[in-house]
Amino acid sequence: MSGVRLPSGGTLINRDRPLTFTFDGRSYTGFEGDTVASALMAAGVGTIARSFKYHRPRGIVSSGPEEPNALVTVGEGARAEPNVRATTAELHDRLTATSQNRWPSLSFDLMSVNGLLPPVFGAGFYYKTFMGPTRGAWHVYEHFIRRAAGMGAASRKPDPDRYEKSHLFCDVLIVGAGAAGLSAALAAARSGARVVLADEGAEPGGWLLAETARINDIAAADWTRAMVAALAAYPNVRVMPRTSVYGYYDQNQLAAVERVTDHLAEKPAHLPRQRQWTIRATEVVLATGAFEQPVLVDGNDLPGVMLAGAVARFAQAYGVAAGQKVVFFGGHDGVWETAVATADTGVGVAAIVDPRAEPATDLVSRARTAGIAIHAGSAVVRVTGSKSVSGVAIVPVSASGEITGAVEALNADICATSAGWMPAVHLHSQAGSRPVYDEGRGIFLPGEPRERWRSAGACHGVFGLKAALADGAAAGRDAATEAGFKTDDAALPEIEAEREPSAPVILRSVESPRSAKAKIFVDQQHDVTASDVTLAHREGYRSVEHLKRYTTLGMATDQGKTSNVAGLSMMAGLRGEAIGAVGTTTFRPPYTPTALGAIAGRDAGHHIRPVRHTPMHAWHLANGAEMIPAGAWMRPRVYFKPGETLEQAYIREARAVRESVGIADVSTLGKIDVQGPDAPEFLNRVYSNMFSTLAVGKARYGLMLRDDGILFDDGTSWRLSETRYLMTTTTANASPVMQKLEFLLATVWPDLKVSLASVSDVWASIAVSGPKSRELLARIVDDIDVTDEGLPHLGVRQGHIIGQPGMVARLSFSGELAYEVYVPARFGIEAWETLLDKGRDLGISPYGLEALGTLRIEKGHVAGSELDGRTTAADLGLAGMLSKKKDFIGKAMVNRPGLIGENRQVLVGLTANGKGIPNGAQLIRSATPGAVERSLGHVTANAYSPALEGYIALALLENGKAMHGETLYAADPVRNRHVEVTVRDPHFYDPDGSRMHV
Amino acid sequence: MRIGTPIAGAIRSAVNRTTIVAEYSAFSLLKNALTGNRDWKPAWRAAVPKPRYDVIIVGGGGHGLATAYYLAKEHGITNVAVVERGYIGGGNVGRNTTIVRSNYMLPANSHFYEWSMKLWEGLSRDLNYNVMFSQRGVLNLAHSPAQMDAYARRGNAMRVAGIDSDLMTREEVAKFVPDLDMSRDARFPIHGGLIQRRGGTARHDAVAWGFARGADRHGVDIIENCEVTGFLRDDSGRITGVETTRGEIGAGKVGVAVAGSTSEVMRRAGIERLPIESHVLQAFVSEPLKPLLDTVVTFGAGHLYVSQSDKGGLVFGGDIDGYNSYAQRGNLPVVEDVVSLMLTMFPSYGRLKLLRSWGGIMDMSMDGSPIITTGPLPGMYLNSGWCYGGFKATPASGWCFAWTIAKDAPHDLNSAFTLDRFHNGAVIDERGAGPVPWHH
Amino acid sequence: MRITCPVCGERSAAEFSYGGDATIEMPALDASPEAWNAAVYDRENPRGAHAEFWQHAQGCRCWLKVERDTLTHKISSVALVGKAAGKGRS
Repeated sequence: MSGVRLPSGGTLINRDRPLTFTFDGRSYTGFEGDTVASALMAAGVGTIARSFKYHRPRGIVSSGPEEPNALVTVGEGARAEPNVRATTAELHDRLTATSQNRWPSLSFDLMSVNGLLPPVFGAGFYYKTFMGPTRGAWHVYEHFIRRAAGMGAASRKPDPDRYEKSHLFCDVLIVGAGAAGLSAALAAARSGARVVLADEGAEPGGWLLAETARINDIAAADWTRAMVAALAAYPNVRVMPRTSVYGYYDQNQLAAVERVTDHLAEKPAHLPRQRQWTIRATEVVLATGAFEQPVLVDGNDLPGVMLAGAVARFAQAYGVAAGQKVVFFGGHDGVWETAVATADTGVGVAAIVDPRAEPATDLVSRARTAGIAIHAGSAVVRVTGSKSVSGVAIVPVSASGEITGAVEALNADICATSAGWMPAVHLHSQAGSRPVYDEGRGIFLPGEPRERWRSAGACHGVFGLKAALADGAAAGRDAATEAGFKTDDAALPEIEAEREPSAPVILRSVESPRSAKAKIFVDQQHDVTASDVTLAHREGYRSVEHLKRYTTLGMATDQGKTSNVAGLSMMAGLRGEAIGAVGTTTFRPPYTPTALGAIAGRDAGHHIRPVRHTPMHAWHLANGAEMIPAGAWMRPRVYFKPGETLEQAYIREARAVRESVGIADVSTLGKIDVQGPDAPEFLNRVYSNMFSTLAVGKARYGLMLRDDGILFDDGTSWRLSETRYLMTTTTANASPVMQKLEFLLATVWPDLKVSLASVSDVWASIAVSGPKSRELLARIVDDIDVTDEGLPHLGVRQGHIIGQPGMVARLSFSGELAYEVYVPARFGIEAWETLLDKGRDLGISPYGLEALGTLRIEKGHVAGSELDGRTTAADLGLAGMLSKKKDFIGKAMVNRPGLIGENRQVLVGLTANGKGIPNGAQLIRSATPGAVERSLGHVTANAYSPALEGYIALALLENGKAMHGETLYAADPVRNRHVEVTVRDPHFYDPDGSRMHV
Repeated sequence: MRIGTPIAGAIRSAVNRTTIVAEYSAFSLLKNALTGNRDWKPAWRAAVPKPRYDVIIVGGGGHGLATAYYLAKEHGITNVAVVERGYIGGGNVGRNTTIVRSNYMLPANSHFYEWSMKLWEGLSRDLNYNVMFSQRGVLNLAHSPAQMDAYARRGNAMRVAGIDSDLMTREEVAKFVPDLDMSRDARFPIHGGLIQRRGGTARHDAVAWGFARGADRHGVDIIENCEVTGFLRDDSGRITGVETTRGEIGAGKVGVAVAGSTSEVMRRAGIERLPIESHVLQAFVSEPLKPLLDTVVTFGAGHLYVSQSDKGGLVFGGDIDGYNSYAQRGNLPVVEDVVSLMLTMFPSYGRLKLLRSWGGIMDMSMDGSPIITTGPLPGMYLNSGWCYGGFKATPASGWCFAWTIAKDAPHDLNSAFTLDRFHNGAVIDERGAGPVPWHH
Repeated sequence: MRITCPVCGERSAAEFSYGGDATIEMPALDASPEAWNAAVYDRENPRGAHAEFWQHAQGCRCWLKVERDTLTHKISSVALVGKAAGKGRS
């Protein structure tokens, strides 16, 4: 391959703006508008990459997103992006590109030894070996196989760039700004519809930018640019270049990625690298074009074997000659037109090889005029050369494909083939419509739309320029009309008459007379050869999906854009069936590989799930708290004093509660305002215990069951008036409880007059606990009587606290005299600090989750680790809370056989002699560490109890009630602990509850 | 030579060899390479339905093929057909993220999946088909002290059941998976993790093909493109065979293993309602990359699991889309969420590119655990409800289902996986999520 | 997927949370365990037309009854349920 820049020409490049870049450390120059591929080709670089499996040297095949071979790493360090298609990567100044999948270098790759033994490494070879000598042997082989596989290397450094997400709404989305897309956009634009025209190219226009025909008597590229400018001038049109629509989702939601700064040498800090667009379109026009398919011949992976159209496009769009002795090969008129157009740019075209015996006379005379040798009735059977193409072998063939003469060698540096163009039906397929094969034309056409789209142009099977413009206009009008707009019939541009093509031969591959020695590559990136397809067929992997999965054909980064159809047609030939009967694989999003960063946008890291902070959060941070996640919230675990261990800290905090007073931030509890005349009845139905009898001004602890009888949630509800309750839930279940209640009212009991409002964020809540809590509380309330008579156990009072309207409820989770104080959220911090200030002389301490846990374990109160979605009220000793006087959710199912009986694990207490009882330990009978035996239960919560001065735990234990007094072992092999424990009642401290009734 | 109809037999017919090569080995590879790979035989015969079989397995996925294999191998029942609507292995066995583990907490699950693990460990050699079972470890990350305790519980449950499991410290995790975001102020800081070193990945398609080939070699008929349209019954109501698009086929027993389509197939037997919903789960693969992740990592504060395939693609997945679906395609918000979780864990993966995403239909059961049972009709056996867990279960599922069919009673390992456990309240709810299939 | 909320208009499915089969009638609280078992566990799970509940959780929080095809995801109708039924724009 000996590419060179032509002295003139190139519709996309600006010869006044030279750019320098490096490839594998060597410096090259290109022009603004070049792709990495066109610049490398212009610099005469032929081998760009190594293939996946055999590490064979590979060159550029195409000029677009279908490129199978020319993958490079672009950028360095943290900004290195592997597996970039050189054919779509826009060149910018100081760009660095590096070749991949080779060691030590691109020109000398030791791994290419694989290529010497391809029959051994045929399709699926790895399924047949590497199974011994031992059971674990694969892990050893795999180590080496993984190193040889893969393509580019990831940077391993955090991506420094930013990605953004945006949303677009439009009446008509047009995907693809080639002839059909531009025409559709204009038709829709004139109707007044909001139009979005997205195109993956650096400049909208697609193949029009390399078109030789004149439109309205000006060069096609000039007409295109004028058209794009005219469209952009419409206030209702948005033209989006560098935007790949990669996914088509339900109800016309499409995903696209815009490359914002990848093409810039200097990347402005205010711009993201890429931007994902979520586009909701009422109507869609898919004008996605077509991909030229190669004719597969022996030796077709040599650098220099290219798609015919790509050779022309490099010349016309980039002013690059791929070679000086180009041989074109194919069985349709398009090859001739391409060859002649290529020759017209100054590229040396040596010959056209066409299996048809009598090509159209006008084409023959044009080719002759261009000085091209003509080999009609011939086929290329082999491409020759060592590192790149040096010639092709051709033979004369009959109309039925038989060889009729001797092999003739032609000099060539490029072999450009074309098996015609295949509609790009990827998005159509993603939208749920299987492509349909047109046997006559040899192309896949879009299936029946399931979403609101229509196709236009080449992807619709409409190939001529004039026809594509007309088809696009019709599609644009149809889309706008369907979206509710009035359209008109604008005149189509004038194009010189197109010739009527003569009958083509559908020729996708040529069997080699060399037979087994032949190397005909079907999927070049994955090194899938024709023999592999044959082998797959021989071994029974004959369905399209088996072929694909067994040989990996079509599963490379190009998703088989230039190989699927050839592979399919080979399999169809082997099966003796029509291609349409063999089928096609389903195309999956994304249409082209899409950066994970763009898909995530800014939603990764700290933005992925919003963290919730209580009103007192800043205080906690400033005062030594270790914060830990509790659902979506961050909560204080302990407040460390200098030099303290975790255990010392929580014991100190818990002691303060038992001995004087402590305060805890409980703002995270769910709070639901339940109002309405039927609120008492509603609570009766959703709680297992009775709430209609609760007196106004009183609170009650309630249990909620799931439909299936398992415990759902617990918490207190406070009766604020005859028709109003404040329901509290656990932190974790705030949202599920609310959702369940809303569901019940909407769908099951719409007759109940009840309204709900979540007020979780309205209130800051502080637990004030300990023997001195009443004394402290009295110092901060304005108009609430907090004496035992004024605010008895479970009493609720509304009034003013630190001068603000609030509530106080006398509730205890710790078992001490305790209150919950509610103030408006914005006064939470003030209330908190006031309490600490006024409680200083009482020995007040804030306490965190560890102390909260210690206090509740001492009391045998249950929490999240016991309410684990598998336990019943009876399991946790709460059967008495299941009302027998009324019906409630879960009641009907709570006594099913699986939920009762002796084998249930029930709540017990555990004590240990001087040793901590590990949380998560399994309870077994064996004293031997590491014993394997049936587990009887597990430790759900553990603590050192300052009140009992010893280690205690709660556990769920099979038949636990009968086990009190027994000795078991808390087995914690994952932390190398094995602790003897004694089973007991879970109510360790103050079992009769006298301390809170003072 | 012909052109236009490529690869015709003109050249090939000159070579006529009769050697039969059945065993796969490095030696057979070399030998066949020297003969142009012409002597390989089909991995399984394209069988034509016989009028009657002792056992028909409906569903040519991993579980159905494994069932047929073990029926033949373990129970000597070889007059068996596997009937498949499309091509074998076309459903979830070829659509999953290939993770194999037995790190379950509840005894019914852990014993079953551990038996599966033991079968995996010998599977390639047993089948003489390399399923590429790679014991690279499965690491669950913990993001809070409470989660470390929860993992300790699970790890301890596994260890006292004789299953390998270890807690990893934060430092050990950082060394083991260097690309993780280990910063203390990460949104989900990593406190450590639970690792099952015997866990790992396997090549999913190879599992289907290996079982198919293994079953075929025992005489099992694998019948593709054969959709079951109804069930035959005798006067007593016993199932006596199936009606298919390729005609009626009689059977002594009929096992149904069609996860994803269970409700639809069972409806053809008159079973209108089951404790199963079909939901779509998406899976994702990146472009191929040089090795960068040597184990399977699962995220602890959401649903995400990722490993790197031998080809180099990062294979990952997350939550189900969360609504009943039989479409093998998902929606964008879940794609975005899964990718965001991935980059939250691995901030250096942002420039890597998504190559492909696809969907599979999960049989979501009401407690998240499977069903392998006799019934629900006489002469019928049901294997379903695999939720996310079907791939790793494949060998044990086939093994237990074969036992259940052969003996007309479940093995101890699947005795809890009954259909009536839901009504009885004896559910196996590993996540504690309750009877809401899309929450499992 | 996009769902047209009768109150808020067309929105991404990401704003909604799923509530499952809407053909299941929740039994009376005092109904038999058998009736409850059937309602809680047994599903028709059709391939095709499916009536289902969705809540516009990140919008008006209304519960909706949606008719959707489980194979094509095509939505044929969306209606408010409960007290709000018949209200809102349609």
